Amino acid sequence: MNGNDKGVAERSMGLGLRALNWLAGKDLLDRIRARKQVERALFRTTKNGFRTATAAGRTFKAAQKLTRPARQPAGKPRALFDLTPDDEQQMFQEAVRDFAKAKVRPAAQQADEERATPAELLAQVDELGVNTLGVPEELGGVMHEQAATTSVLVAEALAHGDMGLAYAALAPGAVATAIGHWGSAEQEAAYLPAFSGEDVPAAALALLEPRPLFDPLKLETKARRDGEDWVLDGAKSLVARAKDCELFVVAAEVEDRGPALFVIESGADGLEVEPEPAMGLRPAATGRLLLESVRLPAGALLGDGEREAYVECVQGARIAWSALAVGTSQAVLDYVIPYVNERTAFGEPVSNRQAVAFGVADIGIETDGMRLATYRAASRADQGQEFGREAALARRLCAAKGMKIGSEGVQLLGGHGFVKEHPVERWYRDLRAAGVMEGALLV
Amino acid sequence: MINLEIPKKFKPLASQANQVASEVFRPISRKYDEAEHSYPKELDMLASLIDGMNEGSDIGGAGAAGVRRSSNDDGDESNRNGSNLSTVLGIIELCWGDVGLLLSMPRQGLGNSAIASVASEEQLERYGGKWAAMAITEPEAGSDSASIRTTAELDGDEYVLNGEKIFVTSGDRAELIVVWATLDRSKGRAAIKSFIVERDNPGLKLDRLEHKLGIRASDTANFTLQDCRVPKEALLGSPEIDVKQGFGGAMQTFDNTRPLVAAMAVGVARASLERARELLAEAGVEIDYTAPALSQPAAVARFLEMEADYEAARLLTLHAAWMADNSKPNSLQASMAKAKAGRTCVDVALGCVELCGAAGYGEDELLEKWARDAKILDIFEGTQQIQLLIVARQLLGKSSTELR
Repeated sequence: MNGNDKGVAERSMGLGLRALNWLAGKDLLDRIRARKQVERALFRTTKNGFRTATAAGRTFKAAQKLTRPARQPAGKPRALFDLTPDDEQQMFQEAVRDFAKAKVRPAAQQADEERATPAELLAQVDELGVNTLGVPEELGGVMHEQAATTSVLVAEALAHGDMGLAYAALAPGAVATAIGHWGSAEQEAAYLPAFSGEDVPAAALALLEPRPLFDPLKLETKARRDGEDWVLDGAKSLVARAKDCELFVVAAEVEDRGPALFVIESGADGLEVEPEPAMGLRPAATGRLLLESVRLPAGALLGDGEREAYVECVQGARIAWSALAVGTSQAVLDYVIPYVNERTAFGEPVSNRQAVAFGVADIGIETDGMRLATYRAASRADQGQEFGREAALARRLCAAKGMKIGSEGVQLLGGHGFVKEHPVERWYRDLRAAGVMEGALLV
Repeated sequence: MINLEIPKKFKPLASQANQVASEVFRPISRKYDEAEHSYPKELDMLASLIDGMNEGSDIGGAGAAGVRRSSNDDGDESNRNGSNLSTVLGIIELCWGDVGLLLSMPRQGLGNSAIASVASEEQLERYGGKWAAMAITEPEAGSDSASIRTTAELDGDEYVLNGEKIFVTSGDRAELIVVWATLDRSKGRAAIKSFIVERDNPGLKLDRLEHKLGIRASDTANFTLQDCRVPKEALLGSPEIDVKQGFGGAMQTFDNTRPLVAAMAVGVARASLERARELLAEAGVEIDYTAPALSQPAAVARFLEMEADYEAARLLTLHAAWMADNSKPNSLQASMAKAKAGRTCVDVALGCVELCGAAGYGEDELLEKWARDAKILDIFEGTQQIQLLIVARQLLGKSSTELR
């Protein structure tokens, strides 16, 4: 890719960084103690040029009236240890695996370069029905019970095709699931039918904020009351297809109450998006969502704004990202095996060497461990059991081992792994996300 | 239907095993760590108790003797939770108590697993109910068990065994020793068979007991076999030298026993984590599963990292056992479980000592003992490196001559 092909956003970032580097070298800045401010100012000027209002969305209108919110019930506790998916799960798994192989993997490299997901691909994912797994049956969903495990199998299979495309495609489902799990009757009636219709809206569950050591329970995005209304201020990071989103579920700290979720339709005054390109997940065209005195009606608070619901949301998202890491780690394993078997050095396949073979063995072992930990967390959620500890452990595992697998995947291909001729460099970039992302996806 | 929780029907067994671990093992844990080579007589009564548990239950026991395929299971056609899983769960609990003492449990030796795995009905009848140790390793052959030099020669109705065996767990205390020997050194792996030798056989001479880093409650014996005669019927499995089947026959035992050793590692790791968690809490550090690991104190982040590895090791172990219960080939999963659990156990036990500082390192606590015990679990029943070789060969589709 040469300089002329770069998108506007990318060039602007480049400019900003060059300017920053030059300024950063000046002792003068430190002496006048203005470094922070200058850096911040630069950051904002380079970015503000490209801010846009959020997409002009559809009007969400309640098609039916529910007297109380519809909910997917938890499944019955299962008597036996079992790792075989049920028939329904197998159906989803096979359909998505086929789709990932036939459509997702082949589209991945170009989508990564273009930092966009083809509309056709998104439409095809919607056709698979995977974004309604968390929608109650009464509102057009297909699953009569909670379907975290099914969602995990779907996310894993899709990420085997490509993590960035999986993120782009599954992001709307997170919003549907959040509203399906915690929304009021009015919210469900207004928003959920759109997700099981033909033209599924782009939508995003935005928790992450742009700062180090982000803790989803200590949000800097604030919601304050003003009369009956809510007024929100803050910023949300790495939002999938931010520019196209018609609906957001945004996490904000409610004064004297703690974190809660708010439903925000695009086009709200004070709601803006700007590009936030990242190391990976590029097909998701990640953007930053900026909220400046965004005024919302009282009914925008998701459900009753209960803390437990919010914590569950954080934990469910961690399971989803773990599932993506499992899928991509499996992709690494499946890719390096034929490579090291075919690549020869010193007169024999490199896989005849223990140093190489053990690397492959470790990828296999850790991927299986990540998978089992992720399945366990999801299956507990489906059975209505506590799953916070299991979700946290799956996440730790997937963040650490997933990244190690991404790195080993590149290493096993050597220099060839570093160039874009092979997908392992993309998986390396994507796998880092499993330890960084909060929210955004949901099982 | 995917579910990775302990099945309800095994909860009583796990809870019984946990009681044994905390009421019987823990109180004498330090005593027999210090009094190496003295027999933990407290275990005799316990062993009878466990025999009773095994008799009265159709779900296998809490010890190593429980593993045998095609055992009593229930569940529907497509999913069985049987003796492999229940045994693994029992071992995890008992080793949470003390792995050295578990290895000293009468009638629960790895030799018992070998017998349970491959013995004929006649052999089961003859040798069942006795304590059996396992003798594979030799001074010049450890991981490379195909190169063992102990020979077995047919002489009329008897085999005559000659050679030297080391690192025989419970070798002095057991009633039977399952000895690996070759019928013909020129025929390689296929000629290696296992033989049941009675401990009081005059041809079996105890050379010495080892002094060890850990599992000191468990005796580790070295033997010389000198014109040691055993009846023809003492050979386990087929006496034919089937070059096609190769090593498979003798090695088959490992697919069943590796999840058990993985389970031991899981038990020790859990003991360490639980105690470290308590000590950290006393020091004012609590583990929070909702806050991100890295925005908590370094000790918490380290703890979570270890606990995550523990979770993976535990689930891989249950997975391997579940596959055995369902008659699925599990040698890949068995080795994965052993590799992950072995290294995790060492890392976790040592990590917990470090987190707890002098309290962890000192003998007032059992943490330092668990860290010493842990190391053997990444070595016996196939070292870390051997497990990685097996996993790699299977994933890469390689033979043992291609990937050595």
